[in-house]
Amino acid sequence: MGRGRISAWWSDPWRKPRVLAAVTIGYLLWSLLPVLVAALFSFNSGRSRTTWQGFSMRWYYGDPELSVWHDPDLHTALFHTLRLGVLTTLVTVPLGVALAIGLHRWRGRISGSANSMLLLSFVLPETLLAVALLLVVTQLVLPFTLGTTAQVIGLVTYQLAYPAILVRARLATIGDQLEEAAMDLGASPLSAQRRVILPMLVPAIVASAVLVFADVIDDFVIVRYLSGDATTEPTSVKIYNTARAAPTPALNALATLLLVASMLAVVLGFVLYRYLGNRAGERESIGSFAGET
Amino acid sequence: VTAAPLPAIQESPDREPGSRRAGRRPGGRLLGPILALPGIVWLLLFFLAPLYVVLAVVFGGVDPVFRTVIPVWNPVYWSSDQPIYVLTHIVGDEGIFGPALLRTAVYVLTASVLCLLIAFPIAYYVARLSGRWRGLLLALLIAPFWISYMMRMLAWVNLLANDGLVNRVITLGGIFPGVEWLSGRSIVVILGLVYGYVPYMIIPLYAGLDRLPYELVEGARDLGASRPSAFWRVTWPMSRPIVIASVLLTCLPMLGDYFTSDLLSGSPSTSMVGNLINNTVLTPGQTGQAGAFVLLVLIVSILPMVYYVRSVSRSDGAV
Repeated sequence: MGRGRISAWWSDPWRKPRVLAAVTIGYLLWSLLPVLVAALFSFNSGRSRTTWQGFSMRWYYGDPELSVWHDPDLHTALFHTLRLGVLTTLVTVPLGVALAIGLHRWRGRISGSANSMLLLSFVLPETLLAVALLLVVTQLVLPFTLGTTAQVIGLVTYQLAYPAILVRARLATIGDQLEEAAMDLGASPLSAQRRVILPMLVPAIVASAVLVFADVIDDFVIVRYLSGDATTEPTSVKIYNTARAAPTPALNALATLLLVASMLAVVLGFVLYRYLGNRAGERESIGSFAGET
Repeated sequence: VTAAPLPAIQESPDREPGSRRAGRRPGGRLLGPILALPGIVWLLLFFLAPLYVVLAVVFGGVDPVFRTVIPVWNPVYWSSDQPIYVLTHIVGDEGIFGPALLRTAVYVLTASVLCLLIAFPIAYYVARLSGRWRGLLLALLIAPFWISYMMRMLAWVNLLANDGLVNRVITLGGIFPGVEWLSGRSIVVILGLVYGYVPYMIIPLYAGLDRLPYELVEGARDLGASRPSAFWRVTWPMSRPIVIASVLLTCLPMLGDYFTSDLLSGSPSTSMVGNLINNTVLTPGQTGQAGAFVLLVLIVSILPMVYYVRSVSRSDGAV
């Protein structure tokens, strides 16, 4: 910042974008610093989560009993979280993409209601869906009980809207001409979808897969109600159960590992997304990774 | 929790009904329904049907001996004992549920207003920003979206603990008496809700504000409007639908929140309707009550949800 800008600021500190910039930076500090502090204390060499006692990897693998690596409770939770993330993404993305293409091609009463139902599933408070599914699993005789299957079913239901919405937004910008051209050149409707439309949807599909995965591994409400015994309790539930009950920094280490998994998924996904977008000649925005269409 | 599709401001141009291509070739007409079918069946089975199960439990009975729920599937035999029990315990002498319901309304309203006061200036600033900082700022603003809600609450549990950093700073290292932040303080729970949900408001707000036709604001300025009046008379009316949709997207999930209060207070003096649901749903004999609370939240949130769905669907099939 040059002298001129400082004196301009001094003479009128409330000049337009200054306040907004200050609010934004203040907000970023407020939203990110506490998490960084929590991550930092996972490297504490002592038991405290509030007093810094030196750097160590004790809570990751050093401690023979309490570290994430050695405490079966903690690493089971982490693996279960990742398992749920992968399984849910594998089911949700194809289901949601097919639903999006289907609803895009099919206009009418039924398709309109289906679209409304999809959007409703998206805004229904998560607790309500979780309790409803809990009652389903406990009150009906089903081929599965509480545990991984129930959790995946609940998560897929809650996440289905993401790929559907992202892909539909993409279909709307693609328009109909390419598909019509393909069919004029002799492609069947199905092969026009497969060979023309689907490749153009790949960036949106990648974005929704990352979004679903990152959202699922952070999920708490559905996975908690639909978990069976302790082996199907994922990381978020472990944090909830122990956060107020004198935990060690191993809990922070567990949360930090989850954070790293999320960030890795997002960064790798974004690199792939950018690459695919550049190849298709479009600049993709990081906003799509938060469900922005 | 989620960012979201918003009502689009302008109709997209490619919507002439004559140019629809489905059905031009035999078999083409069926492709849409066939592709959509699995997703629709999934939603019917695992989204709509479970809501009916809630009704069957709420209007069902309770086993007198084992205190387990007996769902009643046929609406003809529905009994309203459990909903009546809940309704009669909201106000009056036995109004054990009233305070939590009132508290939910106050907390959610306060937190939503605070969220908007924080989110709007930030979303507006980033939407109007250009240049190299924009991408970085956007990534940092979206970052909390990918950090587990539980981890963000855990961070505050650490900071606000009796020997935590916050107390250490305000007591200047133990000279003044500290504050027990984590034992039933409404203000802590409300700020926790704001901290937890504000990222989910910033993203849809930003997405909407980014698309506003700012030429109109420039036009107003050219025609002599001052900056504030251009904002109030052009920008704000244009952004109102976006603001409403973003507020809905943040306060709907807050209505079911119980974990923020559990982690940042743990005291019944700050419990919300989500806590009533969570505390009763696994208690034998009270599952029906939990269902009744679920129904109550559903009834309260159905209008905002329908409003949201209508405003999104109306603004073009693109959602």
